[in-house]
Amino acid sequence: MKLDIILAGVGGQGILTIATVIGEAALAEGLDIKQAEVHGMSQRGGDVHSGLRISDGTIWSDLIGRGMADAVISLDPMEALRYLPWLKPDGWIAANSAPFKNIPNYPDEQALLDELRRRHGTVMVDADAVAREAGASRSSNIALLGAASVRLGLPYGQLEEGVRRVFAHKGAAVVEANLRAMNAGKNGAHI
Amino acid sequence: MNEKLLLLGDEAIALGAINAGLTGVYAYPGTPSTEITEYIQHHPLARERGLHSRWCANEKTALEAALGVSYIGKRALVCMKHVGMNVAADAFVNAAMTGVNGGLVVVAADDPSMHSSQNEQDSRFYGKFAFVPILEPSSQQEAYDMTSEAFDLSERLGVPVMMRITTRMAHSRAIVSVGAASEQTPMRMPSSPADWILLPVNARRRYLSLLETYDRAAEYASSRNLCVDGPDRSTGIIACGIGYNYVMEHFTDDACRDAPQPRFSGAMPHPLLRITHYPLPVEAIRRMAAECGRLLVVEDGQPFVEEQVRGVLPSAAVVAGRLSGELPRVGELTPDNVRAALGLGPLQGAGPCPLVVPRPPALCAGCGHRDLYNVLNEELRNYPEAKVFSDIGCYTLGALPPFRAIDSCVDMGASITMAKGAADGGLHPSIAVIGDSTFTHSGMTGLLDAVNSNSPITVVISDNLTTAMTGGQDSAGTGRLEAICQGLGVDPAHICVVVPLPANMGQIREILRRELDHQGVSVIIPRRECIQTLKRKL
Repeated sequence: MKLDIILAGVGGQGILTIATVIGEAALAEGLDIKQAEVHGMSQRGGDVHSGLRISDGTIWSDLIGRGMADAVISLDPMEALRYLPWLKPDGWIAANSAPFKNIPNYPDEQALLDELRRRHGTVMVDADAVAREAGASRSSNIALLGAASVRLGLPYGQLEEGVRRVFAHKGAAVVEANLRAMNAGKNGAHI
Repeated sequence: MNEKLLLLGDEAIALGAINAGLTGVYAYPGTPSTEITEYIQHHPLARERGLHSRWCANEKTALEAALGVSYIGKRALVCMKHVGMNVAADAFVNAAMTGVNGGLVVVAADDPSMHSSQNEQDSRFYGKFAFVPILEPSSQQEAYDMTSEAFDLSERLGVPVMMRITTRMAHSRAIVSVGAASEQTPMRMPSSPADWILLPVNARRRYLSLLETYDRAAEYASSRNLCVDGPDRSTGIIACGIGYNYVMEHFTDDACRDAPQPRFSGAMPHPLLRITHYPLPVEAIRRMAAECGRLLVVEDGQPFVEEQVRGVLPSAAVVAGRLSGELPRVGELTPDNVRAALGLGPLQGAGPCPLVVPRPPALCAGCGHRDLYNVLNEELRNYPEAKVFSDIGCYTLGALPPFRAIDSCVDMGASITMAKGAADGGLHPSIAVIGDSTFTHSGMTGLLDAVNSNSPITVVISDNLTTAMTGGQDSAGTGRLEAICQGLGVDPAHICVVVPLPANMGQIREILRRELDHQGVSVIIPRRECIQTLKRKL
């Protein structure tokens, strides 16, 4: 088992939380993990990404190179496409279809979504909407994880356990909201 | 029984230090080193033991305080980003001259590719310059293990030890197996007190002793660097720190799927020398050069090892690396550029998508710096000659559109002193924009210079009550900025505090106009809490 994932989004959207939950699930499965994070200046509303590597063998590089990623999971449609050169030819994308527009020249939304749908195996979800409908409007990131879970190959129960562990310190209500968001994302995923 | 934890490289160093019987960590925040100190601040055992972990005013005060801890026989950790080494350099070089009593470990976190920095200087040069041994872990597990090793080595050799990491080690998580915590070392005064008084008569003696210690450090390093043999002697590889990982990454089956011939199958094909300990193991390098047709040096940062390797080998030896172009001269190592240096073709990814546009970082919505730059830009339309010298922090983003409000960003504190110099030379208005934390880090002495020469400058201390860029750490002068400025001699009539909000634009503009025309030092303090630290409290 070997899975190299690029998590993408905009600083502040919560990609590291997705990475942490997947990491928890992989750890519980007895897999090795490396996760390269982004801190500092790039966090201020700029594009951010994190490389998450999971394997049942030794993982050497902390970074995922071009053409190495099995998947791109992105909280914004344009940010998903930014990492195409890192994706393997048979790699897949899970993307939030709701754009995060904090720049004046954000490209045409429909063109972005068409480009994503054109690619084989893309998982799309309006993570903002499904999270809101699940009564967890701050959990778009976990809703997207729910959609991506359809293709991740990690047991869904382990992801749920991951959510429980990661959010435990924020109280039961926050844990429940995130579990609802993840489930809504799973059910709302378009493949 | 060892516990397995998922830790950042920074956190692995922090826990390694706590478990090595640390007495205190001394640091100023700086990406990518900040999380070391933060981990110690929040660790239960560190709290229970009352370990010092409060942020220091700057890297120099941090290193000197840590040297004081070492003087009394206890263990201290100092952490900084690479440019912090410039600030701490005086203390660092002379701490090697005095030597240490309790273990003193200095972590320098370099930022090749300048993800969050103004240059990509390589801290290993400082280690060599000061005759200080350097450890450079290649994994998070080694980062944990080597911290304790570094304290032991520091005490055994009687000198500070540098731990050198780069961004990808600092900010990457991996599983680390951690052991039990040792007891703290007891108070024990130096056995040779004269060593600590660097009068020339003592310093000359200490310098000879330091050089002799460096030879012993080299012997130790030679025993610790990993040598792996391999059948293909056309190339021998010297891989430093995390450079080793990028090399190993390509000797797996999966990585070789696009290689012209699947030559590698999980075993190292070439002789390899992994450098995790410096000074450089010169004999091992000479042996490898004698056996191999060519040497490839893979190191993150500047060509520190490559230059030395060229120096110790006969001129006919073929050395490949950043200087010869096999690896890029600038920027961090990646799996891609190391792959190319190993002679493997690129892995196939998709082409870039033409729809994608850049998304640069920006000041947060609702940030007080935004209001400051809006009003400053408005008012400075009346002064086309004006220059705004700025500094290191979130507010440096004021250089980007839509603000384009600043003319310089050089080093911590340079805003005030550059404004002073420009004003001394005849520029008017000459304005400095500096953050509260940067002001107490290195701006106060410059302000004193400006007061002493009555330089006509307007200093804006944009006070968001925190060290925001690195994630909201305590700022050393919070609540005392006016008193500090007064104490340095600024006329209280020209110290003005304002609240940077759109509603106050008229008032701030009036104050600005008045102070720009003042023929002396003015300080304006726009004060409003950082929007990020405020959000965390809601």
